[in-house]
Amino acid sequence: MIEKANVKYLDRVVIRFSGDSGDGMQLAGNIFTNVSAGVGNQVSTFPDYPAEIRAPQGSLSGVSGFQVHIGVGVHTPGDKADVLVAMNPAALKQNVKHLNAGGVAIVDIDSFKPADLQKALFTTDDPFKELGLNAQVLEVPVTSMTKAALADSGLDNKSVMKCRNIFALGLVCWLFDRPLEAALHHLKNKFARKPAIYEANSKVLQAGYDYGANIHASVSTYRIESENIRPGYYTDINGNTATAWGLILASEKSGRPLFLGSYPITPATDILHELAKRKDLGVKAVQMEDEIAGVCSAIGASFAGNLAVTSTSGPGLALKSEGIGLAVMAELPLVVIDVQRGGPSTGLPTKTEQTDLMQAVYGRNGESPVVVVAPASPTDCFTMAFEASRIAIEHMTPVILLSDAFIGNGSSAWRVPDADEYPVIKPHYVPEELKAAWKPYMRDPETLVRYWAIPGTEGLMHRLGGLEKDYDTSVISTDPVNHEHMVQVRRDKVANVAYDIPELEVLCDKDADTLLIGWGGTYGHLYTAAEELCAAGRKVAFAHFRYINPLPRNTGEVLSRYKTVICAELNTGQFADYLQGHFGGLEVHRINKVQGQPFLVKEVVDGVINIMDKQ
Amino acid sequence: MTMECTKYAPSDYKNEQSVRWCPGCGDHAILNVLHKAMAEVGVPPHMTAVISGIGCSSRLPYYMNTYGFHTIHGRAAAVATGFKVANPAMTVWQVSGDGDGLAIGGNHFIHAVRRNIDINLLLFNNKIYGLTKGQYSPTSDRGFVSKSSPYGTTEDPFIPAELVFGARGNFFARSIDVDLPTAQEVLVAAARHKGTSVVEMLQNCVIFNNGIHNYITDREFRAERTIHLRHGEKMLFGKDMNRGLVRDGFLLKAVEIGKDGYTIDDVLVHDAHTPSNFLHQQLAMMDGYSLPLAVGVIRDVESPVYNEEVDLQIEQVRAKKGFDSLRSMILAGEHWEVK
Repeated sequence: MIEKANVKYLDRVVIRFSGDSGDGMQLAGNIFTNVSAGVGNQVSTFPDYPAEIRAPQGSLSGVSGFQVHIGVGVHTPGDKADVLVAMNPAALKQNVKHLNAGGVAIVDIDSFKPADLQKALFTTDDPFKELGLNAQVLEVPVTSMTKAALADSGLDNKSVMKCRNIFALGLVCWLFDRPLEAALHHLKNKFARKPAIYEANSKVLQAGYDYGANIHASVSTYRIESENIRPGYYTDINGNTATAWGLILASEKSGRPLFLGSYPITPATDILHELAKRKDLGVKAVQMEDEIAGVCSAIGASFAGNLAVTSTSGPGLALKSEGIGLAVMAELPLVVIDVQRGGPSTGLPTKTEQTDLMQAVYGRNGESPVVVVAPASPTDCFTMAFEASRIAIEHMTPVILLSDAFIGNGSSAWRVPDADEYPVIKPHYVPEELKAAWKPYMRDPETLVRYWAIPGTEGLMHRLGGLEKDYDTSVISTDPVNHEHMVQVRRDKVANVAYDIPELEVLCDKDADTLLIGWGGTYGHLYTAAEELCAAGRKVAFAHFRYINPLPRNTGEVLSRYKTVICAELNTGQFADYLQGHFGGLEVHRINKVQGQPFLVKEVVDGVINIMDKQ
Repeated sequence: MTMECTKYAPSDYKNEQSVRWCPGCGDHAILNVLHKAMAEVGVPPHMTAVISGIGCSSRLPYYMNTYGFHTIHGRAAAVATGFKVANPAMTVWQVSGDGDGLAIGGNHFIHAVRRNIDINLLLFNNKIYGLTKGQYSPTSDRGFVSKSSPYGTTEDPFIPAELVFGARGNFFARSIDVDLPTAQEVLVAAARHKGTSVVEMLQNCVIFNNGIHNYITDREFRAERTIHLRHGEKMLFGKDMNRGLVRDGFLLKAVEIGKDGYTIDDVLVHDAHTPSNFLHQQLAMMDGYSLPLAVGVIRDVESPVYNEEVDLQIEQVRAKKGFDSLRSMILAGEHWEVK
């Protein structure tokens, strides 16, 4: 199999690391991503991990994966991998469907013994043939080489085995010409408190790299294009961290302290983790006793004058719905983050879906309007968490941020914003001239936003509550006409937010007859699909929604410009139904997927062509 | 900072709303006594928040000239927790009934007590659901007949004090709605205690459970069936204060001074501040039958307070590696520069 090494130049490439959930594939993938971003590649990642913390070793259910897409023009983690690293037969079997035909599979041949094959339910002794693998297979003795490299380290066998992932990382670094110093730097940070482990890993990293260089393996090495990017400071960020940071910036820009009331739930828990760390910035993150207490403590903090947030996933949002209704009625600012996962019920806790849209928009008792926004990408989580906070505070309303497992866990390189890049947030305080006659439900006549009186202020003592209040006097009222009026006021207050958000933008071929639309975390796949369609000569326009309720005010006008509107979403058509409910006579064609996985670009491209050809 | 201040009158805590409880309801008396207790403690109305759940007693914030929040059923403790952590300068009172606090809100109740968040939690116990017109509550006695238990309940009740001690509570006091001086005394003590202070108010529902506490509260028997505990004082009770509580092995016994060889020296002295809750729990479990029901402050022990610990931790973390902005925090971590 030995050939002369050659070098290929590529715009972008997709690498997938896979192994047992204890094999450290996420770490290897993360370091590779950071190193790539550091040399100027665009990066987009997607960790794909099992719900079980540790399934039986070597079993199909215990396979953990990490996919990263690097290069230029990168908007998604990539449909399929060009290079697959499989640490055992189970990983190969589970991931072969994610590998491009003609790609490269790097396997740890030491873990392809008959017993390993059996654990992965292979029935023959040739797993590659059995899988019909159409790839160049690079059989690497990862385990034995790792052991050899650490023969004199004095580490026990278990610790040695834990370094196998870094051998694979070293090999991949060689393959893609990544600087080892950068990888060493990340390892040093990771194992700052365990110098012996760092030493071992740095040896193994070098051994993996040297192995590649020495054997002149049959595969090519690659040079990946980088591009001129905007100057500034960059860091690798996943969507959940970006969400947490967006909230912190909103706290700085509004002058209101940040409070998080939360309860652990996959895949949203990282937001709680990050904000719990941020006591160094004065953030108060409280892990409450349940989801309901999470939202209710946030409502209490909001009443007390904080920028108050609760974070959860779909099942938690269901539990919080009564609390959100209270915030609607009390007209308090509240940010509710739903990192969507597969449902209903416990569903697919670690997988992604867009199935909570209807729950977010309508899922409460009574006429209970809230603002709903949805970030488009991991880095957009920062912007939209900031936006959710801004709207909540300036419009005195709950705002639901619909993130999802895909963008929450996925990461990209992100430019740290300059101090003045985001606007100042202006809390809707009681104006001085109104203080004498002020009542708690008094509101700005134009925006219908009520004023925020912070407890501790003299002269503004007031009582809020879940009971209906009189429009004029702010005291409890059961008057039928008043109730209907208040329902309309709360509705119009939320509808008025449309004047405070950007208009819908149309991308790609604006003059086309066909408009592809989507919302939230599918942006990268849909945009790439639209670009590919245009490049292939299909005339397609593309518009992506980040504001769900209210919709951008030009939505009706934009949709009416196109003969064919196609909505692609990871559910059975919730946004399409929502739009059709808003715009009578609108026909929305649909591309839907509910498999717990993001779209493949190809699926969207094929779906659009299919619909276009029928028109 | 001292809380002692006399510049506020009870009327400063009262607003002009007409009170809507049924005539004769025990809540009226408790409301008045709360206004008095707040005036005695002297925290200004604008530094006071009253937070409630749902139920008859939870209407109370509407009758206060303070910050107030009438929230949703069972969740007052969670709302109050967030409020206090977010704005620790405020004095926070929570008002809940036995249904609101111990049934639908039971989880929040025990966790607030466990955390020891600095709130004063008033538990109005009338052993019935009044606002929904007469169903048994988690404090109704076994066999209690109500609209939802026409043949009597088949379950045992919570004893609120036992729940508080089970949740490792550090303050528990009890009073009855008709005993205004004791009610004021325990409310003031609750306000002055740092941490979660639970005050159980035995309260009469004149419509759906009239007389439920009569065995205890009736003037004819009250002196014999209750004991007013005060820290540092002998545990004496009875019309002539000639009966006392003494140790009987691991248990308590009521004796008459001068009878069966018992002298005043045998009578226990109440220590509300001792960290062990062993005796506190026995005192709180007395029900007025074989032993007198205890009113007054039964337990009042200092312990780390959740919201203060949060603030302290922030202070410590910031002293060690505090950042002045998100940007400086990010740039202190892993990043790279593109020029």
